[in-house]
Amino acid sequence: MKAEMRRDGQQRFDVLVIGGGPAGMAAAVRAAECGAHVGIVDDNATLGGQIWRSESEHGPTEDAAKWYQRLLTAKVTKRCGVRVFHQPAAGVLLAEGSDDLYELRYGNLILATGARERFLPFPGWTLPNVMGAGGLQAMVKSGLPISGKRVVVAGSGPLLLAVAAYLRRHGARVPMICEQASWSNLARFGAALLRHPAKIIQAVQLQRELAGVPLAPKSWPVAASGREVLESVTISRRGKLETINCDYLACGFHLVPNTELPQLLGCQVSSGYVQVDELQGTTVQGIYCAGEPTGIGGVELALVEGQIAGLAAAGRAQEARKLFAERDRARRFARILDQAFRLRPELGKLPSAETIVCRCEDVSYSCLQRHASWRAAKLQTRCGMGPCQGRVCAPATQFLFRWNPDSIRPPVFPARVESLALAGRREQQAAQ
Amino acid sequence: MSSQLTVTVNGTSVTVSAGTTVAVALALAGQACRTSVTGEPRGPLCGMGVCFECRAIINGKLHSRTCQTLCEAGMEVKSEK
Repeated sequence: MKAEMRRDGQQRFDVLVIGGGPAGMAAAVRAAECGAHVGIVDDNATLGGQIWRSESEHGPTEDAAKWYQRLLTAKVTKRCGVRVFHQPAAGVLLAEGSDDLYELRYGNLILATGARERFLPFPGWTLPNVMGAGGLQAMVKSGLPISGKRVVVAGSGPLLLAVAAYLRRHGARVPMICEQASWSNLARFGAALLRHPAKIIQAVQLQRELAGVPLAPKSWPVAASGREVLESVTISRRGKLETINCDYLACGFHLVPNTELPQLLGCQVSSGYVQVDELQGTTVQGIYCAGEPTGIGGVELALVEGQIAGLAAAGRAQEARKLFAERDRARRFARILDQAFRLRPELGKLPSAETIVCRCEDVSYSCLQRHASWRAAKLQTRCGMGPCQGRVCAPATQFLFRWNPDSIRPPVFPARVESLALAGRREQQAAQ
Repeated sequence: MSSQLTVTVNGTSVTVSAGTTVAVALALAGQACRTSVTGEPRGPLCGMGVCFECRAIINGKLHSRTCQTLCEAGMEVKSEK
């Protein structure tokens, strides 16, 4: 039975796209519209990425609806709930679904793996009901009742405002939004928004939805408290401490790109981002990258990079070039975003000696402080060796200790034993 | 109103709407997803399948990411110790 599923799971695509957010969807659509046989794979149950997922209560945004429709018309093969974990040979990826295994072969590959929230440790951050800002939003989208709950939103980045507005629409009470960036940085970011017509509308809408919610700049959580679950959070607000009772703390410090898969495939990453040429090609022939992994820039940049990658992977470089001016505009916005929400060094002083940094293995700050590098800490303390494979603690230790994670080893996600066995057989075949 | 279904969380029945994730069912039951290696209760953090803090036992399958799994009628969920 298992063997049969494996055979059925073998498929070949001219262009294979990993990641079904805006960048991946745009890439798949443009490549398929050129006549290529295209597949798109996503770890989540539906396409749309974190930003477009289950917007059903308002229907998808106009932009999203357009791309969903084009994806359908272009006959792109979708595989949702499927995670890539290994490349046993060039041009082959192994992926795992909840009960089955896929062997995906490709001519060209487009990596649109998106980003995740950056989490920074502070006393009490491991208490249940302290979640990411996007994390709590995802929970509400998947059924968590939030009406009447008190939610402090904290951290950094434009996501905080979007999440606070979303939570209020669903009946949450938001006593405060704590943004670590200074008022002058926020003002510069606001001014930049006004130069992007599409973003003005979003900004005006947000302002209306967040009326009456204090947005506190230069503020961040210093401790979360509670017996079994969160009961209150202490905030440093322009140098003064205040404690707010709450049911949830939605806390994320902007975003970090998901570069694990690109790194596994040998794509060069520098300063945390996947290096790409003008056609979104990585340093590995036939592998393209689009969206947040090449630089945090939001949905507009993701869509245009995705389109360029899709066209280029389908052999339409000339057509792709027509989108360069649009990409330049979106990249200028990305640079402003990066400057405005740069993390202040004080945040590195938040953990106490006992604060857990690696949540999988419960490794405390004081245990890590003794080590000189990520590799040494991993070997001595098991930091980053748990199931998340450092996805949470590596960006944190990069900020706290300036450690750089070393090479990525397969599997990039924990995989089942039978999946690893197939990976082994394919590697042997490739070597012969 | 969307259809309702019932799952068991640590022996207690929880009724949820179709489309609800197992992570949410655990929260509704007031149960932690797992106990950490030093004995702390833990719940979801990232909500998108990256952090593995929400892992629990679903129908006997260990280390299942509950934020990525939708509830099905009759599902048996246990916190991971």
